[in-house]
Parts: sequence; structure tokens; C-alpha cells
Amino acid sequence: MELLDSISWVAVAFHTLAAVAVISALLVVFVRNIVHAVLWLAVFFISLAGVFLTLNAEFIAAIQVIVYAGAICIMVVFGIMLIRRWNMGETNLFNSQTVAAAGVVALVTMLSAFLSFKSGVVEPAGDVPVNQVESIATALLTKYVIPFEVAALLLLVALVGAIFLAKEVKADDADSHS
Amino acid sequence: MTLTLTVSLYHYLILSAVIFGIGLFGVLSKKNAIAVLICIELMLNAININLVAFNKYMTPGDFVGQLFAIFVITVAAAEVGVGLAIIIAIYRNKLSVNLDDFDWLKW
Amino acid sequence: MVEFALHNAWLVPLLPALSFVIIIFLTKPWPTLSGLVTVGGMLTSCFFASLAAYGVFTNHKYAEEPLVYATRWFTAGELNIDVGIQLDPTSAMMIFMVTLVASLIFIYATGYMKGDPGYSVFFSYLALFGSSMLLLVLSSNLLQMFVAWELVGLCSYLLIGFYTHKISAREAAKKAFVTCRVADFGLLLGILSLQIIFGTLNLTELAEKIHNFDQYTTIGMMTLMAVLVFIGPIGKSGQFPLHVWLPDAMEGPTPVSALIHAATMVVAGVYLVGRMMFLFHEVPSAMELVAITGAFTAMFAAAIAITQREIKRILAYSTVSQLGYMMLALGVGSLTASMFHLWTHAFFKALMFLGAGSVLHALHDRADVWKMGGLIKKMPITGYTFMVGCLAIAGVPPFAGFWSKDEILLAAFDNGNYVLFTMAAITAFMTAFYMWRLFFLAFMGEEKAENHPHESPWNMTVPLIILAFFATVGGLVGTPWAPVWGEWIFYGHPHHVEPNYVIMIGSVVIGLAGIYLAYTLYLADKEKARAHALAKQFSFLHSLSFNKFYIDEIYLWFNHTIVDGSAKLFYLFDIYVVDGILINGLAAFTRLSGEGLRVAQTGRLQNYALVFFLGVLALAVVLAFTDPATAFGLVTGGAK
Repeated sequence: MELLDSISWVAVAFHTLAAVAVISALLVVFVRNIVHAVLWLAVFFISLAGVFLTLNAEFIAAIQVIVYAGAICIMVVFGIMLIRRWNMGETNLFNSQTVAAAGVVALVTMLSAFLSFKSGVVEPAGDVPVNQVESIATALLTKYVIPFEVAALLLLVALVGAIFLAKEVKADDADSHS
Repeated sequence: MTLTLTVSLYHYLILSAVIFGIGLFGVLSKKNAIAVLICIELMLNAININLVAFNKYMTPGDFVGQLFAIFVITVAAAEVGVGLAIIIAIYRNKLSVNLDDFDWLKW
Repeated sequence: MVEFALHNAWLVPLLPALSFVIIIFLTKPWPTLSGLVTVGGMLTSCFFASLAAYGVFTNHKYAEEPLVYATRWFTAGELNIDVGIQLDPTSAMMIFMVTLVASLIFIYATGYMKGDPGYSVFFSYLALFGSSMLLLVLSSNLLQMFVAWELVGLCSYLLIGFYTHKISAREAAKKAFVTCRVADFGLLLGILSLQIIFGTLNLTELAEKIHNFDQYTTIGMMTLMAVLVFIGPIGKSGQFPLHVWLPDAMEGPTPVSALIHAATMVVAGVYLVGRMMFLFHEVPSAMELVAITGAFTAMFAAAIAITQREIKRILAYSTVSQLGYMMLALGVGSLTASMFHLWTHAFFKALMFLGAGSVLHALHDRADVWKMGGLIKKMPITGYTFMVGCLAIAGVPPFAGFWSKDEILLAAFDNGNYVLFTMAAITAFMTAFYMWRLFFLAFMGEEKAENHPHESPWNMTVPLIILAFFATVGGLVGTPWAPVWGEWIFYGHPHHVEPNYVIMIGSVVIGLAGIYLAYTLYLADKEKARAHALAKQFSFLHSLSFNKFYIDEIYLWFNHTIVDGSAKLFYLFDIYVVDGILINGLAAFTRLSGEGLRVAQTGRLQNYALVFFLGVLALAVVLAFTDPATAFGLVTGGAK
């Protein structure tokens, strides 16, 4: 019982989820099939949603699941379908600068991890309020209304741009562009 | 016997750094343009971890970190949409998504 | 009429220029008409010039205050250049003399050049030549004068090289042009420095400002400017050491030689120095340079003339010598004597050149005086007029040369520089000797059987007679007892020199002695045995003189070894150092470094991103090593 009492379940959840996230992120990068990579990406997103839950951020976790695991993953799969419909086995390969990239990335990661470690143990400054959705909504529509609207505009522009770019090009247009 | 498994701000930050590194490695070393796009998502998520963790440990009351995470998610969604559209347009012209084939910045 | 001519003196240079234009554009196909246009233009110009000269010489106020008509030519920032006409006794005398002599030479040329295929072109050049000289004489501005000066040089080039089929003529033309250009560079520098220091090039303003030059510059700068300005006349007036072009200039048709030697070209230098007297007068050392150059040139050229064989070459060296006289007179400060000699010399030298042309015309260009003889019997007019010229140049009274030469000797003597005076006196002796040597050899003595001389047509003899008249009486305007000349043409104040009978008689004796020596050596001695014996006895001096003191050879040597050698050096320097190391080396360095850097430009975004993060790392390391606190602050955003 003593053992059970001493266990911080939040810590257990975090470490488990972090392990899942890191492993699934590594698999996203290292599997050779791009469709499998996207599936592992979905796992990564969901595990991150769990990590957000350990941070008392239920709303973000929900959005994470809806937007990332739901929308973005599906969109990427559709993109893959549009451009590649055969031989999915060798679709996620490394290029020639992999070794150099690994070195640089290892150094960058170590540097930032070291700097993170130096922040030391920090206790939460207080409890996160329970009624998150209401607080976020209030902040979004009062203090941060302009970034909110700009973000809305950005989505609109991205929508229009994406349609324009991905639209089927007519034959004579293609000639004039090529 | 006690299991001293704790969690603090730096755990989250290190997790974030590791995932950011994995994403960066993918961005720098993948051939497939869609894979690069996915890896950028990894990096953005790593940032989100940071933001939400700082929200809890530094300013739990006013939700600034969470708000910015929401904005990041929004931008990421837009970015994936536009990025995929660009990749499709390029693919239509070149019949390839292999980034090694694209050295257009030279000209 | 006189008033009109006086206030419209610009017509004088304009009319010959007009005839140049008319010939070039209209009458070129009709030679006789072209000749008439030129002669007519110059005669009309002569008419206006005579009227203007009459107007000037009847009103004494122009001797004190020149008549200047000027207008603004162009303005460039602070630089204002005028163009205009300055009429005073000196320029009035010059335009009268130039138009008169040029008219006579032009008339003579209509006979001399008869049948030449380039007749019209020749006359157009002559007209332009005359026009340029008149413009030079009348200029009120140094820059305008320089333009005319260069025009004169151009025309001399065209005319000396007129016989383009003769290599020697082409070479002589080039030599004249290049030599004068070398000298003109000095003159141009002088003019530029005058403009920079005094801010004006108008002769009258310049004279006033230079009079008080202390306010503007130092005596050293003044000396430099005077010497620079003098370099131009050294070239143009054939002074040592730039005299080499003048004897070669006889390669042109004889009327051109007469024009160059007497009226237009070479006296321009003397005239310029005379015009710039206000500059030289302030600088005693420059005056000394002018005087020494003149005296040395006079003696040097006379020494060469003694042994020359070609008739025109003798006359050419005589011109060099006489120009030296004029420079000497300027150098000892006597504008009067210099201009007087210029005036008389123009007549007798034109006379002698035209006479020589007549002889060459008769003998079909056989120029060696030793092959002539007894010409005076077959060509009486040419012969006797030539004799008048010889009397004049030898300084026998009352011919023109006597008075002017006497004036120069007197000026040199009064100046107190007895070395210069002695040089001038020796030159006078040599002048009389070589001129009469020429006369005795060519015109007297036995006739040579192979020659069939004949008298020249009227349009060649009439100018000779007119010139002989002026060569006889031209000097009477400036006799020591009635020095009319000195009352009009002077620098500063007219000063009356008491007639010095010792010098006067001495110069006559010297002249007669020269003539007598020539007589004993070349006429009385039928075989010329003593002349040959003397030449053999002093063979070193004789060959030195006969080869013109090897000046041409020295120049050639200098050119071939020093100039060409250094050119070769610079060529190698240019090829191997400038082109090889600096230009090609720099280009190769650029190309190689470009090719090296090209590798970095892969064009692939992922490469660039990799380098970007490498840069981030490097920056972090640098910051960590230099200032860890700031570095961590930057990277962590301020978190401790």
C-alpha cells in the first residue's frame, strides 16, 4: 500500500505517454512506408493529447485529437493518395545528407535539452482553473480578439490558396506555364 | 520501497526538445515532400508542449500558453492545407515529390 | 570707309575663310576659278587690312589703348571665355603685312602650281592657312589664339605634305605636326595655369592683372608659366632644340615654304611672345631664357646654313637664324626691334623663297646650288630681285634688313649683355656670308651646260618685283633718325634710342666682310679650290655643320633606344604585371572563388536548412564562449 501511495500517477502517465510519443515520432521518421508513417503520426498526436491532459489542458487535448489526429492526418493521407498510388513500400526514404543532419540535430537537441534541464524543478504557480472553455473563450473574444480574427482570416486565405493551387490546370495553361 | 517517479517543468521541456529534434531530423533528411510536411507537424507539436507546460507552471490563471497553442494549431492546419496543395501542384508539373529533384533555388 | 574697316576688322580673317568654304563646296572642279577666289578673297582682305592699319596708324590713341571688340564665347561654371578682335599697332602691322605678303604669294602660286592636279585643294588650304594666321594675329583672347595656333599647325601639316606621293613630304609633314604638338602642349599648360591663377585669358585684362601679380601668385609660379608659354613659340618658331621640323618643311610646294617662313606660321611664335610681353617682362629669368634661346638658335642655324647645298634648305636655316634674332630682341626687352625685324624679314624672306621657287621652276626642281650658276643672265628679274633680298638680309644699307638688324644689335648692346651682342654680331657675319655664297654659286659664275633656265611667267615675277620694292624701302619706317616705328609699336613706353654710329657702321662692315669672303671663296676663285681646301682642313667642323650637328640623329637615337626601350619595358610590364597579375589574376581569383562557392549553392532547401541550423549552433557556441550569461539569456529567452 505504501508503494501504491508513493506513486504519483500523473508522473507515471506522463512518462508512459512521453515514451509512446517519442517512439511513435521516431517511427514516423524511420518507417519506409509513408502511409504507415502517417498512421504512427496519428498515434503520436493522440499520445500528445494525453500529455496535454497531464498538464490540465483538457480543451487543447480535445482540439489535438480533433484537428490533428482527425483532420490533418486524413488530409495528409488524401494528399498521398493524390500523388502516389503504387508501390507504397519505398516512399519514405532518407536523402544523402542524413548523417550530417543527424549530427547537427543531435547537437541542437542536446543543447536545448541541457538548457531545459538547467531550469530545474519548478512547482506549479497555482491550479489551472476548471472551467477552461469559458476562460479561453472569454480571452479569445476580448483581449485576443484581433489575433483571433486574423487567424480566421488566415484560415480563409489558406483555404482559397489551397483550392487555387491544387485546382486542375487546363491543358493550354499547362503549356504556357511549362 | 518507494517509486520516486516525479514530473516537473523540465521533463516537459526535455520531451519537447527531443520531439523537436526528431522532427528537425526528419525535415533535414527525408526525401519525400509529404514526409517533410509531417515532420514539420512534429516540430509544431513539440512547441505546443512547451507552450502548454509553461501555461501550467508559470501562469496557470490567464491561459496565455493555451491560447498560443490554439493559434499554433490553427496555423499548422492552414500550413498543411497550403503545403499539400503546393506539393500536388508541383507533382502535376514534375511527376515527382522527391526533394532531391528540386534544386530550383539555384536559378 | 576707314572707320568701317577699323570697327569690322573681323572681316579680315573671315574673307579668306570664306574663300576656303567656297572652294571646298562650290568651285573645286574649276581650278582657275578656285585660284581667283583665293586671290580675290585675300586681296579684299588686304584692302580692309590696309584701311584698318591706316586707321590705327593715324590715330595715336590706339597705341595706348587697343581697340577691342569681344563677345562671350562660352560659359562653363566659373569659366568665362571671350572671343574677339584686338586691334592695336602691332596687330594692325601684322594684318597688313600678312595679307600683303600672302596676296603676293597667292598670285605667285597661281603661276607656280599651274597644271597641278590638286590645284583647287591647294588654294583652299592656302586660304585657310592665311585665315588662321590672321585670326591668331587679331585674337583678343589666349584661348582663341590657341585655337588659331592649332589651325595654323594643321594647315602647315596639310600643305607641307601636299605632295602626298613623295615619302619625304609625308614624313616632313608628320615631323612638323608632331614637333609642334609637343611644343603646343607646353603652351596649353601655360594657358591653363594662367586661367587658373588669373581667372581670365583676355589679353588686356591679363596684362593688368599680371602687372600686379603679387596679389595672385609667386614669382616662381610666374617663371614656370612664362617658360611653359615659351615652349609653344620654341616649337612654332623653330627655336633650338625644336627647330628640326622647319628645314624639312621645304618639302611642300615653294609658295607654302614662303608662306610658312615669311608671313604665317613661324612668326606666330615670335608674335605670341610679343603679345605676352607683359608676362615675360615681369620675369627676368624667363626673359633671359628667351634671349639666350634666340641668340643661340641664330648662331647655331647660321652655322648649319654655311655648308648646306640645297637652295631651299639654306633659306630654311636662314629663317631659323633670323627667328632667333627676333627672339633675342624680345629677350632683351625690345618689342620694337623684334616686330621691326619680323616686318622686314617677312618681305625679304618671302622674296627669296619665291625667287628660289622661280629657280626651281626653271631648273625642274634641281635644287643643289653647286649645280647652278650664271642664272642671272637667263633669269634677270628673278636674279636681281633675289640680289635685293640678299642685300637686305646681309644688312647693307639702305635695304630693309639693315635697319631692323641694326635695331636688334643696338637693343642687345643697350641691354648690356655683351655675350649676346657678340653672338648676334657673329651671326650677322655668317648670315651675309652664306646668303652671298648661295647667290654667287647659283646666280653668278659660269653657266652650267646641262641647265636650260628660262624666266618665269608674269604672275610669278610681278610678286617678286613688289616684294623687292618692300624689301628695299620697308626699313625706312624705322631709321634711327626718324624712329616712326618705335613710336607706334612698343611695350610699356616708347623709348628713343640715340643712333649709335659705331654699331651701325660696324654692322655694315661685318655684312660687307661676309659678302667679300663669299666673293673671294666662291666667285673670284673659279675652281672653288680654297673653299674645298677649307672644307677639307676643317673636315670635322664641316661635317658637323653639313649634318646639322646631328640633331636629327640624336633625336632618332633617343627615340629608338630610350623611348622605344622604355616602351618595351612598359609593354612587358603591361603584359605580365598589369594584364597577367592584376587583371587576369584578379579574374582568375574571382572565377575560382566563384566556382568554389558555386558548390555551396546546391539549390536544395534542405541543404540550406541544415546550414542554417549549423549556424544556430555556431552562434550558440560563440555566445557561450564569449559571454555565457548573455548567451544563455538569449537562448532561453531570459530564463535563469
